[in-house]
Amino acid sequence: MSAAGDPERALLAAVRAPALGLGERVLTSPAELAAFGSDALTAFHERPLAVVLAERADEVVAVVRACHREGVPFVARGSGTSLSGGSLPIAGGIVIALNRMNRVLSVDPDTCTAVVEPGAINLHVSAAARSHGLAYAPDPSSQSVCTIGGNLAFNSGGAHCLRHGMTANHVLGIRAVLPDGELVELGGASREPVGPDLTGMFCGSEGLFGIALEVTLRLVPIAEATHTALASYDSLELAGEAVARVVAAGMLPVAMEIMDALAIEAAEASVRPGYPPAAALLIVELEGERDVVAADAARLRALLDASGASAVRTTEDPGERALIWKGRKSAFSAVGWLAPDYIVQDGVVPRTRLGEALAEIGRMSAATGIRVANVFHAGDGNLHPLILFDGREPGALERAERLAGEILRMCVLLGGSITGEHGVGVEKRDYMELMFAPEDLALMRRVRAAVDPAELANPGKMLPPRAEAAA
Amino acid sequence: MTAVAVDSLDALRDAVRANARVRPVGAGTKPALSAPPRDDVTSLDVSGLRGIVEYDAAELTLTARAGTPVAELEEALAAHGQYLPFDPPLAGAGATLGGVVASGTSGPGAFHYGTVRDFVIGVRFVDGTGELVAGGGRVVKNAAGFDLPKLMVGSLGRLGVLAEVTLKVFPRPAASTTVAFELGGLDAALAAIARLARGPLELDALDLEPPGRVLARIAGDADGLPARAARLAAALDAPGATLAPGAAAASWRAAAELSWIPAGARAVRVATTAREVPALQAALVAAGAQARYGNAANVAWVAWPDAQPLARLDEALGALHLAGTALTGPPAAALLGARRGGAFAARLRAALDPDNRFADEETI
Repeated sequence: MSAAGDPERALLAAVRAPALGLGERVLTSPAELAAFGSDALTAFHERPLAVVLAERADEVVAVVRACHREGVPFVARGSGTSLSGGSLPIAGGIVIALNRMNRVLSVDPDTCTAVVEPGAINLHVSAAARSHGLAYAPDPSSQSVCTIGGNLAFNSGGAHCLRHGMTANHVLGIRAVLPDGELVELGGASREPVGPDLTGMFCGSEGLFGIALEVTLRLVPIAEATHTALASYDSLELAGEAVARVVAAGMLPVAMEIMDALAIEAAEASVRPGYPPAAALLIVELEGERDVVAADAARLRALLDASGASAVRTTEDPGERALIWKGRKSAFSAVGWLAPDYIVQDGVVPRTRLGEALAEIGRMSAATGIRVANVFHAGDGNLHPLILFDGREPGALERAERLAGEILRMCVLLGGSITGEHGVGVEKRDYMELMFAPEDLALMRRVRAAVDPAELANPGKMLPPRAEAAA
Repeated sequence: MTAVAVDSLDALRDAVRANARVRPVGAGTKPALSAPPRDDVTSLDVSGLRGIVEYDAAELTLTARAGTPVAELEEALAAHGQYLPFDPPLAGAGATLGGVVASGTSGPGAFHYGTVRDFVIGVRFVDGTGELVAGGGRVVKNAAGFDLPKLMVGSLGRLGVLAEVTLKVFPRPAASTTVAFELGGLDAALAAIARLARGPLELDALDLEPPGRVLARIAGDADGLPARAARLAAALDAPGATLAPGAAAASWRAAAELSWIPAGARAVRVATTAREVPALQAALVAAGAQARYGNAANVAWVAWPDAQPLARLDEALGALHLAGTALTGPPAAALLGARRGGAFAARLRAALDPDNRFADEETI
């Protein structure tokens, strides 16, 4: 590590200024910084200059302004659950930790909205709204720890996006600090905004436009009835075809998820959800008005029975449903039972080409001898291949990364995307050129340069490195 | 005034490059936004840029050129039992896909599954440098790159000219029924809307005709509708009445087509919440303006009398911290009332339109 230069020294002096009152909430010792060196993409780590534990919006603004004045880069961090390295520190930069700004400031049952701080935990928003019969819909697997600020920055999804949409569909208003310290109000509490959708543009910008300080969220009524079906199949193809049948029948479930044998095995080994042994498991969930769900459940049952399922189990019991979802949502961490290390990918394919994509992943896995477990949001074509490896074997990480890259290439060739809900981050920026033409990326760079000319807000994420772009 | 019509992407690109000031127009159903305000602004007619590029019903996505009439899309979707759940307004008058997206307008059905912003997943547009660029994609879930598709929603032709749009579509409900409640006054009607919006009944549309009439639409399989309608009619203290199918259809058509707006008034769309409606409604009544509220009072459709200067509405909205857009009538400033977005909006504009080709210079 090189010694701190002048801008770094000046910045540390600024954030330690007694008037700011951050005091011991400026962390600089190696032991304290170590905890912030990585997010959930643990293959990457960087050492920041300092971590600031912000407790109020004005502190965040002051630190951003100091960073701008001294030309020091910064990244905001919530719970550090990014799977794309989105909150990876910038070497020599500042980490602005927002988890202490975790309040749900208000819930308004008359407009079905909530106003929260960026460090509010996803699941806590629903908890605060529950007494009004309302909930916050987006449900990433990490929802018990991940924060709204991080969800917003990466436009996170979840199992129930099929019906409810992603984070950006539920963010109505944002108070934000731009990378030069300027404050802006975007959107508001109305679901019918007027003028360019600036709120939507800020969502998913991966921290490159600045930091959200206060967020107005749309809440949805808690469904009167929920019906969950679990169907087992002897092959992934049959499970995939069942999804196509449900879509073709004009049904609109809230979630349709598939897990393959390896993912089922991992889930059983860890949280024991009681899944039947099968080559593939399909979870379909319906929710809505009591009588509508009852009628749809009967139709769904008939469809699944005719889809070649070896067994179908259904439930309306909240406890049983929670266990089914616990197994599904713990699948990523559960593969830790099968291999010391894994890479999770997030590519998307058109839903009609799921079968093709899975067969191709199977072929790649067999050809490389690398085990791949599959859990995916089948209803919207969002794959999550879990590529298993042992990092202690020389070259194993590189081989796994090569396979991950091939899978992303296939997703784009099939007409899909390199990321459905995890964001590009540091991990997939080299693949942006697969998806976007040079002029598309040039516009994104121009937008970034206009919003943050000094490139201080989370540099090195999303946009591919310049040298390659110039080539 | 100069006017240019284009029928290909190349022609669109050339037309933007060749003209210093450009105002895109599709079918011209929202002339306050699309008619050139001055002689030195070229009217760029994109209605020739039409046709469905890709529609695979099993995929539940549709890509079409921006000048395609919405009615044409609805027909193609209906043939496969699908639809645009956000009920694009003015479809009957010929509104185009690009115009609906650029104006950011949604109709009554937006209450159920969301507004146009929730259904646009990909765009191609010509920016102010004359470059044809793409954002988003053709799959329903996509978090790669800046969300330019969302930015173009409500961009009012002031950030670029839309060339192509990809939409998410949904299966179409087989039938619908509407229950009307007479609540006697605005406060009671707003309380009823808040209560209905929180469930548990799943409504397809929830509109308010001030002062006290609330219209709630449910949709789904025809078999289940009578029982559901009965449950809805009993959901509030004031009993609801199921409308005859013809009357219901006419009422929703009038809402979506803005045909209730009388001659001698122009249509203005205002973003609201139920909390702001009483003050807004009072200001409108004072000016002799009528209004109808959609999406659980999240949007006001205002019939602003021609006899009243638009500046008065601009001022009234500004005082209430509300924002609006004039849709019909002579060319007007794109945004009325409170302007949000400050430096962020200005910087995005500088990046997308550095030469002010699409600039909004109208005074109110």
